[in-house]
Amino acid sequence: MQRRDFLALAALGGGAVFASGLAGCASRADGMTAAGSTGDFYFVQLSDTHWGYQGPANPDAAVTLRKAVATVNALPTPPEFIVFTGDLTHTTDDPVERRRRLAEFKSIVADLKVKTVRFMPGEHDASLDRGAAYQEQFGETFYAFDHKGVHFIAIDNVSDPGAKIGEEQLAWLRGDLAKLDKQTPIVVLAHRPLFDLAPKWDWATRDGAQALDLLMPYANVTVFYGHIHQEHHQMTGHIAHHSAKSLIFALPAPGSQPNRTPLPWDSGVPYKGLGFREIEAEDTGRALKVTEFPVVRA
Amino acid sequence: MRTERTSRRRILKGVFAAAGAVAFERSGVAQSVAAPRTIEMIARRFVYEPNEIALKAGERVVIAIRSLDFVHGMNIPDLGMRLDLVPGRVTRLELQPKAAGTIDFVCDNFCGDGHEEMHGRFVVTA
Repeated sequence: MQRRDFLALAALGGGAVFASGLAGCASRADGMTAAGSTGDFYFVQLSDTHWGYQGPANPDAAVTLRKAVATVNALPTPPEFIVFTGDLTHTTDDPVERRRRLAEFKSIVADLKVKTVRFMPGEHDASLDRGAAYQEQFGETFYAFDHKGVHFIAIDNVSDPGAKIGEEQLAWLRGDLAKLDKQTPIVVLAHRPLFDLAPKWDWATRDGAQALDLLMPYANVTVFYGHIHQEHHQMTGHIAHHSAKSLIFALPAPGSQPNRTPLPWDSGVPYKGLGFREIEAEDTGRALKVTEFPVVRA
Repeated sequence: MRTERTSRRRILKGVFAAAGAVAFERSGVAQSVAAPRTIEMIARRFVYEPNEIALKAGERVVIAIRSLDFVHGMNIPDLGMRLDLVPGRVTRLELQPKAAGTIDFVCDNFCGDGHEEMHGRFVVTA
């Protein structure tokens, strides 16, 4: 049986339970569908693809994203949708090159068989031009949508180079939340952590606390984000935050070394520390299971 | 983590007491009996120059920072303060460390490919 990491999370009634094991893996391998008649469904989160990056941290950068697309396409049960939580491209000062990278990224992910794909910018995509090039090709940088009883909110905490959500977007968020029942399951998508994970490494959102304050009255809130190129799981009150692996290079654990330099490429274990995840929503989104996948499955 | 950070910040605020106002835009450093030593600093993509500043405990200093090319940030999480370094201005940060220690600072305005390497620290000796 091929090895894959498994992490199951349950956010029920505002609490969160973490469990490790292979139970969820076995269920999927047996061919059970996540998106059945009960209303359960699953989606895939990919993050930090950094298309255009060239460097020693990933000598295979030209094909890593394509391989991940192939792995997603090979999932036995297709997800109902896919989200990319930012840093689609690696930053460049050149506006023409930025647009070229965004277009190339878009062309590559067009090969995904699942056609409902949601995008978000990261600071590498959007901070140097306040999201102008990104919006030309992908539209709004923050938005909300509903899927089978779960309310999804994509928050842009990168178009402002100072990592601020900003008053305008916070007002929009306040208005969006005001329409919801307090028990509505909410999944927030962001690029940067909304809480102060590691401010010394700029792993924070300057006004993230204001967004969390708005979310606090809601009983079932889970945040999935990127930016830090590794899994990390933390609670702020009853709100669970889960960061995703990257698809370009891994970064060290928060505060584990003086600088946030990429972890070196391991030629003996290519793509080590990289991957994507499935998020399975059960009980109308009140229970979420996360399954981690490598870039390439054995 | 938040508890640890809050606790550390409380300790470090004791280490780095600000002498009068902490940060100033342009000029306007508070007049005082003994003028603090001024240390010039340049911020540019993707470095602070110098990026390591030696200080003596108890000495009042003013860090006078000029940004050359971007509104870089200077976030000093342990002190709970941050500054925007606007080109064309001199941004002044007045500090009076009271005890030995090391305080990190980091650019928190994304400034390009290399932003992640833009950081520095104050090293205070007794």
